[in-house]
Amino acid sequence: MDFLRPPTWADALAAKAEHPDAVPLQGGTDVMVELNFGARRPAALLDLTRIADLAGWDDDGGRIRVGAGVPYARLIDGLGDRLPGLAQAARTVGSPQIRNRGTVGGNLGAASPAGDSHPPLLAAGAVVEAESAARGTRMIPAAEFYTGVKRNALAPDELIRAFWTPPAPGPQYFSKIGTRNAMVIAVCSFAIALHPEERRVGTGIGSAAPTPVRAVAAEEFLSAELDWEGRTPLAVSAAQRFGALVADAAAPIDDVRGTADYRRHALSVMARRTLTWAWNDHAGDSRREAS
Amino acid sequence: MRVNVTVNGAPQTVDDVWEGESLLYMLRERMGLPGSKNACEQGECGSCTVYLDGVPACSCLVAAGQAEGREVRTVEGLAEGSTGADGRLDPVQEAFVEAGAVQCGFCTPGLVVQSHDLISRVPDPSDAEIREALAGNLCRCTGYEKILDAVRLAARRRAEASA
Ligand SMILES: Cc1cc2nc3c(=O)[nH]c(=O)nc-3n(C[C@H](O)[C@H](O)[C@H](O)COP(=O)(O)OP(=O)(O)OC[C@H]3O[C@@H](n4cnc5c(N)ncnc54)[C@H](O)[C@@H]3O)c2cc1C
Ligand code: FES
Ligand code: FES
Repeated sequence: MDFLRPPTWADALAAKAEHPDAVPLQGGTDVMVELNFGARRPAALLDLTRIADLAGWDDDGGRIRVGAGVPYARLIDGLGDRLPGLAQAARTVGSPQIRNRGTVGGNLGAASPAGDSHPPLLAAGAVVEAESAARGTRMIPAAEFYTGVKRNALAPDELIRAFWTPPAPGPQYFSKIGTRNAMVIAVCSFAIALHPEERRVGTGIGSAAPTPVRAVAAEEFLSAELDWEGRTPLAVSAAQRFGALVADAAAPIDDVRGTADYRRHALSVMARRTLTWAWNDHAGDSRREAS
Repeated sequence: MRVNVTVNGAPQTVDDVWEGESLLYMLRERMGLPGSKNACEQGECGSCTVYLDGVPACSCLVAAGQAEGREVRTVEGLAEGSTGADGRLDPVQEAFVEAGAVQCGFCTPGLVVQSHDLISRVPDPSDAEIREALAGNLCRCTGYEKILDAVRLAARRRAEASA
């Protein structure tokens, strides 16, 4: 096995072009488990932790560009105010030690349907910045990034450099079902993001289909239904319909963590709940603005 | 491959490291530092927790090669003068002993490092903060109550010492 340690991003792209079968290694919280258990014996590991600019972010006010190597713990501390949905999801990942090492870049690389960053990235309309030495940069919307169970849109010579997302234009929430608060793979999860200026709702469903997915029909229904200007209280029937449409968007299976029926039910409950929190925040903002 | 790493303050060179092995394996099997324990090798138990450049991590999930040029601090490096005969335990270690937070001791090194980090960042942690900080460390013996006692005791000692 080779251990490749590119010092710069350009070196990393060159190394990936030369060794397309090299496995990128960031926090190692997915890769090392597979190595320790002999589930994977790659020809080479491509350590990305020397590349300083992967571990930072830029905020030009319009969009935030977050490097693929920012660990969850730093994302929560440094970007929690601007990316509240993603930060809320990040707080549920593993344990403090896992959050000190694990990254959104690694979550995207692994592309597990249960990965906790995916629902908030989908809901916020995030875009993945991928790059190869041969073809340069490619911007891939999160909704097009997940292509199958643990599969993503990256070509063998590509690496994830960053993801782009606007700072939250409105309330964002994430909710996850598991057996305890720490160290759980989601039975299922849900994220919501309100985009009040565009009068649009974003959603993301985790662990209830072969890939993370949006609930498009639920988004369209709710975007039209909400009283964005008047901010009048949410009708119970609208919240219920939203929950039902979210459950319909999932394609869950029965497995050791839960049944398909349970997942559908839990999704409708999480959808209603997170919507209620988000809408109350939106209505509360108007009260604050008025006073 | 060769790995150059500073462990508990001393620069070291380790040869014949396999490219796919973990920092935990290198520490235990090649550097004579068996304090960090190997229980699960999948990040679930926290018994392998070490500081990597000052940040606690599960050493079973760090590739040995990723430690190149970095600083590692293990449970062996917490005690003052731990290399000499007059070595004194760190207050966190003392508190674990006094509070009865050690039974079989397998989880202890990881819990000690993780608690050490907590009280250096949060000098007077609430119970909720202690539970959250230790959520990634499993103990099969104590039932955790005495571990919480130990962390509270260590935090108190630290506050008294700096007052
Ligand atoms: C105990 C434990 C608990 C966990 N709990 C959770 C949880 O609650 N929620 C959750 O979502 N996940 C969880 N995970 C899984 C894991 O922590 C996350 O998926 C994490 O985001 C992976 O990030 P990493 O940097 O450690 O990735 P790595 O292990 O370094 O890499 C993961 C994958 O991404 C690829 N990759 C990494 N960086 C890049 C890049 N820049 N370009 C292209 N490909 C890349 C790698 O080749 C690999 O396939 C847990 C893992 C453990 C061990
Ligand atoms: S041995 Fe590393 S977390 Fe269990
Ligand atoms: S004392 Fe035995 S595992 Fe904790």
